[in-house]
Amino acid sequence: MDLFSNLALGFATAASPANLLFCLIGVLLGTLIGVLPGIGATATIAMLLPITFQLEPVSSLIMLAGIYYGAQYGGSTTAILINMPGESSSAVTAIDGYQMARNGRAGAALAIAALGSFFAGTVSTFLVAIFAPPLTAIALEFGAAEYFSLMVVGLISAVALAHGSIVKALAMVALGLLLGLVGTDIYSGTPRFTLGIREYADGLNFVALAVGVFGIAEILRNLESEKTREVLMATVSDLMPTREDFKRMFGPVVRGTAIGSALGILPGGGAILAAFASYTVEKRLSDRPEEFGKGAIAGVAGPESANNAGAQTSFIPLLTLGIPANPVMALMIGAMIIQGIVPGPNVAVEQPALFWGIIASMWIGNLMLVVLNLPLIGLWVKLLKIPYFILFPIIMAFCSIGVYSVNSNVYDLYAVAFFGLVGYLLLKLRCEPAPLLLGFVLGPLIEENLRRAMILSRGDPTTFVTRPISAVLLLIAAIVLVVVFLPSVKAKREEVFVEED
Amino acid sequence: MKSISFDTTNALCGGILTAVGLFFAWQSFNLELGTAFRMGPGYFPLLLAVILTLLGAIILVQSMRVQHEPMGPIALRGMFFILPAPIFFGLTVRGLGFVPSLFFTALIACFASHRMKPHWALAISLALTVFSVAVFSYGLNLPFERFGPWVRF
Repeated sequence: MDLFSNLALGFATAASPANLLFCLIGVLLGTLIGVLPGIGATATIAMLLPITFQLEPVSSLIMLAGIYYGAQYGGSTTAILINMPGESSSAVTAIDGYQMARNGRAGAALAIAALGSFFAGTVSTFLVAIFAPPLTAIALEFGAAEYFSLMVVGLISAVALAHGSIVKALAMVALGLLLGLVGTDIYSGTPRFTLGIREYADGLNFVALAVGVFGIAEILRNLESEKTREVLMATVSDLMPTREDFKRMFGPVVRGTAIGSALGILPGGGAILAAFASYTVEKRLSDRPEEFGKGAIAGVAGPESANNAGAQTSFIPLLTLGIPANPVMALMIGAMIIQGIVPGPNVAVEQPALFWGIIASMWIGNLMLVVLNLPLIGLWVKLLKIPYFILFPIIMAFCSIGVYSVNSNVYDLYAVAFFGLVGYLLLKLRCEPAPLLLGFVLGPLIEENLRRAMILSRGDPTTFVTRPISAVLLLIAAIVLVVVFLPSVKAKREEVFVEED
Repeated sequence: MKSISFDTTNALCGGILTAVGLFFAWQSFNLELGTAFRMGPGYFPLLLAVILTLLGAIILVQSMRVQHEPMGPIALRGMFFILPAPIFFGLTVRGLGFVPSLFFTALIACFASHRMKPHWALAISLALTVFSVAVFSYGLNLPFERFGPWVRF
């Protein structure tokens, strides 16, 4: 079987001592930032990106991936213990997890979340391994027109899954695309939108944009109202769930995994949506729906499995097509480009060790998280007590170092301050920054493919609808767009995001 | 007659996006547009800028119909200290060098919180500088000059 020899190669790569170490560093760092408020996986990965220069490509990507799913675990720890989701995808876990903690079952809730996530991580790792190769084969047939249409689908789905107003999300995509075009035009060499600043001729620094919009804007928001965080320190005891608990978490975990795996592939934050969808499903299927909101086990097990499964499968579009499904994946693309790897279907063919190594490391990382996190919970709880005003000078210093070390370009630091302001403004204006970042990453790619497709078709725009794959993709984009604008769906969607907040 | 009510947030949002869209459109016109067959550097940006302007206008128009919750407090003090921190780092990292520049960057950022006490700010900045120099400069060998020309005698 190809699958097994591929996985064997992957595990051989991921299990080398160095890679195991980086995987461990990644998941520990991820858990740390997941536990600490005010700094998310996106900003951390953006800051650490420059440091990964020195590492081997595989090691750096393994570490960055570890941060990503480590943060999911850390986020649920705080969601359960202090009702404060460290990551947005854990928001749903807080509903019932915190109630369980208040009922004196914090240990069981944490264990259920960890075991559910591990199960979901295992299954979805195999799903990635099974589905990635055939998708890669399809993607290799893609021409410029298909790539263009595919990116349109990606951007439109990012819009559909964004919070709040759809029109605003569309505007964010357009703005992101425009910002992505800043710099020298690849065909003619003309500088565009650089305002005469030579240092921006290579384009705006992606790390600067991500750190500003996701890191600094978030710090500013936290500074709006400084409150002492209440840490309910329910003593965490009795980690082991009872036999009864196991019986009641099995169904939700399996369903959550299925929902999460399917939705994670969608661009634009599938993990968050997956957690919510799973919660809704469990509430509807449960024979004791009145328990939900008061500490239902299914309300922790389902969403936790779903968001972890979604986090894993969001690697599928990245690894097969080179299209990011969420801002973190966009940063992974950045990391690949830094390492001289062109993301896309060729990665699996040309760099099988890298491709399968990342996949295998996800499973190893999940195992590490289960083994490490349950005993380390005491430590994470202590970290929760660090006051926020000590954290943000540290974050600011690391942001500055990280951004500067990418290119040693001081203009990148000015860009950080500028995008921090922009990001804060967008937060205040209730605009989602995620579509903006996706647009920014895809901007140059989408333009290049559009121009190439138009040259190949001799200026005939019908090429996008006469080529079958491209036509299907555009049709999907159109359907998604129409569906989100339907009044009934719109109402339901608003309801979903209101409840989630 | 119904009185016209604005949603300030959305009106502002629509206004800003429209203005940004128009700015990009104006900039694009200065670039060569080309044809659909051979697109010039300005073609795709102009298209996007027009879309952005339209979307901004839609948000602006919609803001007159619905009223939402207000914007909430604005972190003025935060903005005043947080945003200059990376700018200061950028201005001084070459001149002062990594060590002093980082120390002052952290110190500036410290004062964004009104709960920070001065001696705490000094202690945090100092510890942070020592840690960063050890990790980034000695550990990871990032090519930073530790002390720049301005502080050398």
